[in-house]
Parts: sequence; C-alpha cells; structure tokens
Amino acid sequence: MEAKRQYEVVFIVDPTVDDEVARLTEGFKQIVIDQGGVVTKAETLGKRQLAYEILHQKEGTFVLLEIEGSGHEIAELERRMRVNDRVLRYLTVRVDEDRRRAEKLKARRTRKAAKRPQSQGGQSRRGGGLDFADNNSE
Amino acid sequence: MSSNYEDRQRGYDNDDDQDRRGMGGRGGGRRMHRRRVCRFCIDKVDLIDFKDVRLLQNYLPERGKILPRRISGSCASHQRMLAEAIKRARNIALLPYTTD
Repeated sequence: MEAKRQYEVVFIVDPTVDDEVARLTEGFKQIVIDQGGVVTKAETLGKRQLAYEILHQKEGTFVLLEIEGSGHEIAELERRMRVNDRVLRYLTVRVDEDRRRAEKLKARRTRKAAKRPQSQGGQSRRGGGLDFADNNSE
Repeated sequence: MSSNYEDRQRGYDNDDDQDRRGMGGRGGGRRMHRRRVCRFCIDKVDLIDFKDVRLLQNYLPERGKILPRRISGSCASHQRMLAEAIKRARNIALLPYTTD
C-alpha cells in the first residue's frame, strides 16, 4: 500500500431535522478519525431541491466531506450512513487518481506553452486547429 | 445517419459555405452547428466535478438524457468524464434520471 487515498463523500440529510446536520456531521467525522482517517474538509452545501423524491422527501441538506485514508474508514462510514435514517442518500467517490491525472495534464500543458514561442514552424502547420490536438500530439 | 454526419464533417474541413447549402436541401429539421468543438478543451478542463450542477445541466436536455457527442461536439475523453459526472450527480439527486 502506497500513498493515501482521497475520497469525496457527499450525503443528503433529511431537512426536517435541520438542526441535527452539524451534530450528524461531527459524528461522522469522529467515526473517520477513530478508524484512522483524516477529514481534510467538511462543508455543508446547503439545502437544495432534490431532482427526484427520495423517501417522499423533495428537499435535502447536502454535506460534503473530504477524507484521506486507507479505505477502511469509508467502509465503516458507509455502514453507519446506511443504517441512519436521517441520511437519505450518500455517494463516495475516490478522487486521488483523477486529480493526479488532471495535474499531470496541466503540467504538460504549461510545459508545452513554455516551449511553444520558439517552435513556430510546428504551430503554423497545425494552423489554429482544435486544442485537444495539442494534447494528443505528444 | 452516421454517414450523413461524416459527410457533414468532411464538408466543414473543405468548404463551409457549400456544405451549408447542401444541408439546407435535405436535412430538414436537423440541428445545425457551424463548428463543433469541445467546450472543455477550449476551457482546458481536466476534471469535471459531479457537484457542478450548473455546468452539467447544459448537457442534459429537457428529457434528461445525456447530450450525445455528435450534438455537443465534445471530444471523446471529455464526453466520458461528463457522462461519469452526470451519472454521479443523478445518483445523489442533483440531476434527474428522467423528466416527464
């Protein structure tokens, strides 16, 4: 096992128990910490209309957690959210791989941009083509 | 249908005007786009966030289906990212699966 994994967990809380959101979030954070994970960000995204009804609810409070860890704390967190009927829905996404890839692309782009002013011949050949042609041509 | 699309794209590369005249003749009611380029490539987007509802909604017409590449002009890699993001957003009720 190498680097720590990063996750984004979004969950929807029943809005009729609005005052409980903070407490619930605290509880979930504690679970992650107990399992050896790190909560890098905890943010309440606010109350929002749901695109479709979940358990006859039309609205929900969205909360975002960013977690770093091995993956075991996610398993525990999801188990807890599943049994908690205040949580209407949750979604966990592993983001570290995609972010690393995005950074790589960005680095490559800046490198290309730095190189471009000298190599004018190459650019005129391409002649204002689509931008992704640049990315693929490496 | 797909061969028609091929014609159209080749037409753009050669002569824009001529192609448009051709389309007007037979492609009645078809959506027309002068130049189909990937929005995400222009904006240099590396990651499409499933929480960005405002952005994703542009690619979800009234019916709630994901807008196909041949209409939006997204490149393959960005269309994949986009589709993934829309599916995630649907899962947590940020976007609808269907609308009727």
